[in-house]
Amino acid sequence: MSDATPLLSVRGLAAYYGETQALHDVDLDVHRGEVVCLVGRNGAGKTTTLRSIVGLIGRRDGDIRIDGQSIQGLAPEEIARLGVAYCPEERGIFASLTVQENLLLPPVLMPGGMSVEEIHALFPNLKARSKSSGGKLSGGEQQMLAIARILRTGARLLLLDEPTEGLAPVIVKKIGETIKTLRERGFTILMVEQNFRFASHLADRFYVIEEGSSIETFAASAVATERERIETMLGI
Amino acid sequence: MFDIPPAVLLTQVTLGIINGSLYALMSLGLAIIFGLLRVVNFAHGAQYMLGAFVAWGLLEFLGINFWFALLLAPLVVAGFGIVLERLMLRRLYAVDHVYALLLTLGISLIMEGAFRLKFGASGQPYPNPIAGGLDVSVAYFPWYRLFVIAASLAVCLGTWYTIERTKLGSYLRAAQENPSLVRTFGINVPRLLMLTYGLGVGLAGLSGVMAAPIYQVSPLMGVNLMIVVFAVVVIGGMGSIIGSIVAGFGLGVLEGLTKVFMPDAVGIVIFLAMIVVLAVKPNGLFGSIE
Repeated sequence: MSDATPLLSVRGLAAYYGETQALHDVDLDVHRGEVVCLVGRNGAGKTTTLRSIVGLIGRRDGDIRIDGQSIQGLAPEEIARLGVAYCPEERGIFASLTVQENLLLPPVLMPGGMSVEEIHALFPNLKARSKSSGGKLSGGEQQMLAIARILRTGARLLLLDEPTEGLAPVIVKKIGETIKTLRERGFTILMVEQNFRFASHLADRFYVIEEGSSIETFAASAVATERERIETMLGI
Repeated sequence: MFDIPPAVLLTQVTLGIINGSLYALMSLGLAIIFGLLRVVNFAHGAQYMLGAFVAWGLLEFLGINFWFALLLAPLVVAGFGIVLERLMLRRLYAVDHVYALLLTLGISLIMEGAFRLKFGASGQPYPNPIAGGLDVSVAYFPWYRLFVIAASLAVCLGTWYTIERTKLGSYLRAAQENPSLVRTFGINVPRLLMLTYGLGVGLAGLSGVMAAPIYQVSPLMGVNLMIVVFAVVVIGGMGSIIGSIVAGFGLGVLEGLTKVFMPDAVGIVIFLAMIVVLAVKPNGLFGSIE
């Protein structure tokens, strides 16, 4: 695939939870090496968008392509093998596994992932807590672990759902630095962030999701010039 | 009451441990299935019976002895389990889990009915694979029964180790907590469910083979065992590996002791224990809050 093909392309995404329609029409592109952020009010459909991309939504219409390949009809484990990794809003750290077991759980699916040593260098506090049970970690440590464990798999497209939710400012700063480092290492990131100030320092582009549709997109450069309008639109 | 000769005590406790070996293996299989699939496998007793009949059939029609049957029969029963999961059980995960329970109950009735039609209600004998025994002056321990205890312990501890200490076990434990997230890591969880059901059912089949030389091979051999095994599972804690092992062996010993000191209570002692445990720890000794 040529570099002009977006790593992720979504067209006309509609999604349903049972009878309820959660997404109506979401269009977005994420190019290789970009950090793209979905913003919008609570309940707008940002998380549902991410979950649709990794295949966790049962009923879904529209066209989603990863590196040009359609994920139509693919099971979540097959979508993962296209090089996508997901870090959910609830973090999903397994309490019955140790930190080390949590870290090593996602299998290496393709070459190019980080080694355990590199991950420990990036997250030294996780190395120190290797033998602890996953359930005993603080919120910040859980978030670090949730991000760390998907770096080994070889996936180049990372989906991060609310990586700073509920965390102290010191940890939020650390996560911001981590995301910057990941971008430098060539990862492509699509994230959902309620904390617009945090996201505005990190993302290259933004999509605004409102009532299940993508209504607007703007670049990071627009944040400085149109701050007031954007903040009003987001209800901040 | 305390005039019990040591020989009697030793013999009955050993018999209790043998029963406990089977209780532990059976509840281990149930715990593994329930832990991951959240299905109460009512077909477990019928699958135990199937294991015994496969061993009997291998000997009767193919001349295959106990030691090969010990390997083959559980694999055959596991194979049936895998087919059952793939074709039928899998379709019920999306709905209330009581339907899966009902399916397995139906399967057990069909299996037990079919075998009863063919073989009648009485049992087929199965020869003792290890003759002789250990003669200490105080009591006599048949080698085969000591083998059952040792083999059961080995399988229980080996299974516990695999689940709690290995990478494969970590996949199982993670899938128990959050199966959809585990799928996003690229792990084929539906296949894991299928193989896990096969493993649990294979353990039932293994118990059946080991029970064959001790009890007769009969179509209803699983029915009475399952009532006790469910009590064991409840006492140990649904889905708890260590709970099934401890409760299985422990309750076997309890039954043995009861036989010595209060023989009239043997039939109900396990259920009394269940009532006591549930009153103090409603989730069982090792169970967790769900």
